[in-house]
Amino acid sequence: MSDLGKRAVGVETIGMSMRFGAFTALDDVSIKVPAGSFHALLGENGAGKSTLVKCIMGFYHPTAGDILVDGREVGIASPKDASALGLGMVYQHFTLVPSLTGAENLVISREKVPGIIDWRKERAALAQFMERMPFKLPLDVKVDELAAGEKQKLEIIKQLYLGRSFLVLDEPTSVLTPGEAQEVLGLVRGMTKAGDLTVLMISHKFHEVTAFADDITVLRKGRLTGTGKVSELSHKQMAAMMIGDQPIAALDSRAPVPVGARQILTVKALKAPDRTGLKTINIGELDVKSGEIVGVAGISGNGQKEFLEVLAGQRTRDAGDVLVKGSPYGASRAEARTLNVRFIPEEPLRNACAPRMTVAENMAFRTFDLNEAGKPISWIRMSAIRDYATRLVEQFKVKTASLASPISSLSGGNVQRAVLARELTGEVDLLIVSNPCFGLDFSAVAEIRARIMRARNAGAAVLLMSEDLDELLELSDRIFVMSDGALVYETPIAKASVQTIGEHMAGHH
Amino acid sequence: MDATEIGLWGVPLAMLGGAIRVSTPFIFVSLGEAITERSGRINLGLEGTLVFGAMTAYAVAVMTGSPWLGLLAAAAAGLCFGLFHGWICKFRGVNDIAIGIALMLFGSGLAFFFGKPFIQPSAPDLPAIPFGGWSDVPQVQAALNVNVLFLIGAALAVFLWWAFRNTRAGLILRVVGDSSDAARAMGLNPNTVRLIATGIGGALAGIGGAYLSLYYPGSWTEGISSGQGLMAVALVIFARWNPLGCFAAALLFGGAGALGPALQSVGVTQGYYLFYAAPYILTLVIMIATSSPSRSLAGAPGELSITK
Repeated sequence: MSDLGKRAVGVETIGMSMRFGAFTALDDVSIKVPAGSFHALLGENGAGKSTLVKCIMGFYHPTAGDILVDGREVGIASPKDASALGLGMVYQHFTLVPSLTGAENLVISREKVPGIIDWRKERAALAQFMERMPFKLPLDVKVDELAAGEKQKLEIIKQLYLGRSFLVLDEPTSVLTPGEAQEVLGLVRGMTKAGDLTVLMISHKFHEVTAFADDITVLRKGRLTGTGKVSELSHKQMAAMMIGDQPIAALDSRAPVPVGARQILTVKALKAPDRTGLKTINIGELDVKSGEIVGVAGISGNGQKEFLEVLAGQRTRDAGDVLVKGSPYGASRAEARTLNVRFIPEEPLRNACAPRMTVAENMAFRTFDLNEAGKPISWIRMSAIRDYATRLVEQFKVKTASLASPISSLSGGNVQRAVLARELTGEVDLLIVSNPCFGLDFSAVAEIRARIMRARNAGAAVLLMSEDLDELLELSDRIFVMSDGALVYETPIAKASVQTIGEHMAGHH
Repeated sequence: MDATEIGLWGVPLAMLGGAIRVSTPFIFVSLGEAITERSGRINLGLEGTLVFGAMTAYAVAVMTGSPWLGLLAAAAAGLCFGLFHGWICKFRGVNDIAIGIALMLFGSGLAFFFGKPFIQPSAPDLPAIPFGGWSDVPQVQAALNVNVLFLIGAALAVFLWWAFRNTRAGLILRVVGDSSDAARAMGLNPNTVRLIATGIGGALAGIGGAYLSLYYPGSWTEGISSGQGLMAVALVIFARWNPLGCFAAALLFGGAGALGPALQSVGVTQGYYLFYAAPYILTLVIMIATSSPSRSLAGAPGELSITK
């Protein structure tokens, strides 16, 4: 059961290799994570970070290589073996059961659960266990109702409750506010310093790595490309280890917003039900001018998605006005066409594509029923669709085997490029974007941000919703914070501070 | 006024008696379906299981002379149907709803096939306990003549409500129903849990069938079920997967079902057929009233295919 008396264990891999058929996911990687240290594992998508971690946790059986726990060679054939050795993992996506309470989640995840659970006894034991924990959490609330940060803490607590003393954290802060991230990592850091815990953290965020980790290991394309002490490395050196010498698209410099720029998007007193139907989202007033990017920050689940769905026409609104260039906008195809409104939703494969239709067809969604002059046509010409797609694929550097392959066969970055190509071609007056870079690798992220900035400089009004505060700070001219269904804070970029924005995101004002 | 003539009071009294009498199969089928759906699967085949259970119970009771053996046989037959559904559904690409509809038709067809020789003979009934002995009004006595299965069903509802929260099996069932990934991460096999849950659900539906043929209406005919198996599925959703809610909803549906006969018994001769439709109308009204275009169902197990 719970056993915090266990001291931290160290883990080492020697010459770890993993091949899937002809593909080498991991090539001779040796890393060393000493007991009680905080180690960061960096790398792009597909660099082999999760493969390495899954080998350590017993999900994969490495083709070659050994694992040492506390200096002794061990065989880890299954996740069970790993947990017996005290190795645990906190996944990027929560593995808690949403409709169970925290206490129920903890108890049921234990190795041995009695047939009939004596809740009085369990509660007492849990209370005692929580006293020794650095986090305070309500355990009698359904996990559903916890905030993302609380869920993340509960995930970590669950691992400690199960007696794990080596934790793999897979991008643990991707769903947290800056404040929450700071708190969670700080507490974990404290436990490693006390020698109770060893942590291997997969991360993309350099500032977190610098602030909390002792050492880093960098992987690229399955190989170890760098390792060292955090204190001796700069962000630039880390980035170089991660991406090698491939070119990175540079952001165009920001053209100043012209005085008296035309107001493109106006949202007034918008009310709509949220997903549960129990709360309403309430956007008092929001306007976006031509040639500026307005960012909307917020922790997921605070109504941004619903707001976006209203703008996209996916959700009905109860009250309020959405005006584009002064005329009411109801998100119909005709209105989007005449008012030049374009839309890049999050998870583009799900929200902006028909996954099984071809790349060419998907890229023609806006234009397939128009001729060159923009007039409706009654017969669709496949050759025109193909020509159009060929031009766009080249222009936006979409990597695809063929225009006739289904768009779902493309990588995430290339799906996003294809959607960008479709949405940014032609005249764009209003561009609505949501989490455009989620889950994409370094070079794709840089390129997509550059395209958005270019659209802005060309005079488009851009509404950007993102859970990535760094992205908002890099791109926006003004930032709003959305919390509990309302816009609670507005700041021009020059005066924006992460601290204040984070506090508003967490609803502390 | 004569004690036997209680006038319009007969209607609520008959409805109470009817609620107790008619609700029992609803209770068992819906509790069984609640267990199955809590595991993340939906079994629409319970209608077929119910009819097959009714036939099996009747046949075995006729042959052995014991209604309890008939009841056991019905539970065993239901278990087989449930396990079959659970087994097929573990394969990739199999849709539990389609399999359920197939099994519904299969169960009814099989029951009609084997049940032909048992339409004539009569079987012993399951016993009832007369709780109405204190009154000399025959209607009261009739209404309070409660079958033991109703009492068992009530106890079972309370037990399940407790067990979903306080036993390892209950928690495991909820984990599997809510998140297959979490279950796998815990080292549980969702398919095994669902197989067992569907099997138990089938067995309970079989018992519900036994009640139909061995107590009320109390004989085996091909028209024995009037869709109770299907309505029970709707009832589970209405009850938000809560066993106590299932019990209450079953009583409500039973009472509505007794409205037609009750009106007829007090001499309403016109339009009472319309009231026979009351349970179906109630099903429709409830489903409409409790659903919303912009809100997902609260309390629904996350893995359930109808709510995804």
